[in-house]
Amino acid sequence: MRYSGFKVIKEALTGHKGWTPAWRDPEPKKHYDIIVIGGGGHGLATAWYLAKVFGKTNVAVLEKGWIGGGNVGRNTTIIRSNYLLDGNEPFYEFSMQLWENLEQDLNYNAMVSQRGVLNLCHTDAQRDAFRRRGNGMRLNGVDAELLDKEGVRKIAPFLNFDSARFPIKGGLLQPRGGTVRHDAVAWGYARAADSRGVDIIQNCEVTGFKIENGKVLGVETTRGFIGANRIGCAVAGSSGKVMAQAGIHRLPIESHVLQAFVSEGLKPVLPGVITYGAGHFYVSQSDKGGLVFGGDIDGYNTYAQRGNLPVVEDVCEGGMSIMPMIGRARLLRIWGGVMDMSMDGSPIIDKTDVDGLYFNGGWCYGGFKATPASGWCFAHLLANDQPHPVASAYRFDRFRKGRMIDEKGMGAQPNLH
Amino acid sequence: MIINHPLLGPRDSQEFVYLGDASLIDRPDWQAENAVDQFHEYLYQRTNPAGEHQELWFHEQGDRSWLVVTRNTLTHEITAVELARDVARRRGRSK
Repeated sequence: MRYSGFKVIKEALTGHKGWTPAWRDPEPKKHYDIIVIGGGGHGLATAWYLAKVFGKTNVAVLEKGWIGGGNVGRNTTIIRSNYLLDGNEPFYEFSMQLWENLEQDLNYNAMVSQRGVLNLCHTDAQRDAFRRRGNGMRLNGVDAELLDKEGVRKIAPFLNFDSARFPIKGGLLQPRGGTVRHDAVAWGYARAADSRGVDIIQNCEVTGFKIENGKVLGVETTRGFIGANRIGCAVAGSSGKVMAQAGIHRLPIESHVLQAFVSEGLKPVLPGVITYGAGHFYVSQSDKGGLVFGGDIDGYNTYAQRGNLPVVEDVCEGGMSIMPMIGRARLLRIWGGVMDMSMDGSPIIDKTDVDGLYFNGGWCYGGFKATPASGWCFAHLLANDQPHPVASAYRFDRFRKGRMIDEKGMGAQPNLH
Repeated sequence: MIINHPLLGPRDSQEFVYLGDASLIDRPDWQAENAVDQFHEYLYQRTNPAGEHQELWFHEQGDRSWLVVTRNTLTHEITAVELARDVARRRGRSK
């Protein structure tokens, strides 16, 4: 069924009796050409691009719970391509371009809203760094504008401009950045992939791999054995747990928790996404009106999808420091999601040492914006056994070869990225 | 989280900073034949267990001692806290 405004009106007039489920609930087949483990944004996007771009439709997505129940439903919905390094920027810009055509591509309203992402700077040195990053972006054909204090004031007059400690000196704006309705991304990809014949199998947890002579033959699941020629693992947050079942016990990844926050619904007050440059705090306003914000990861290894109070305090202090009016809003919900924090803060899309087993993970807390490009590049790798050109830097061996992609220059310490 | 410091008693985890897996104590021998491989493993590869995890915490806002904390990464329950110095000596380090 094709969704359209006309269809909505027709259904409204005929009692909404014509809607059908957006995707099937199939029984798993005995064997697939390709299995994607993980029915989150990245796994579902991989399935869609496998079907649409690479013509692979004998594909299954295995999800241990329900699709969209993991980090694609837990993030703060921001999209942007404002990276400095050459290993990253073309990839994230590819993602941005896919976001821009996502809804037409999927025939699904994902509420892609390019309302701008503004990074604030508070010192001269920070402005220099922003100018450098902005120039790096523009060299890659991406939009970036360096704003002075008055430029920022025009966009967001409510900010705390004259704080004695951290006065706002300006900001780096990416006008094409913005927000997307995160759940709709999962649902849209699922529906589109399903329409091309991909089996989306929920409540199907992978419990083991069948590997013979170094080649993967299939997976054991809670719904029985399923064979496959190639298997892609896109389960960021649980990468260690799933890969251990394939005998890969060590990865350049630690699991950390990131908390997110949403206030009660308010009338429109925020024009776009705003990030604080002197503390770690970022905020946007959802279309429902809630202020969606977050800050640092908690900083210790954890698989618990909940954080602790020190970070809650730190985030709220950041909010009060840069945007004092936020103190009048009441907090509605706090939640946590588990991140694959990699050793250089950048992701991995690569083959593993097991023939036929491919890995997609290490997204740190930047996975959501990467969803379309991650799916496309992972599909490219699964279909062709070759990395996509814009993801060619995201290899396991970059740590051994000294080709880290360390945007923040923090070194091999995951909780600082 | 409350970390039961062996010298100072129960302290809020906010007073500490976290470094990572306590295997960082076991620095490889830089003169070993396969030192490059060993340092790659040491610096970049992690077992990242879901469950009991031994890890290094630094009491930055306190007595500035390094601790080895045994903590469950699924529940955040802390079951043992030792001075990193004691752990390192037990593993054969001289200091």
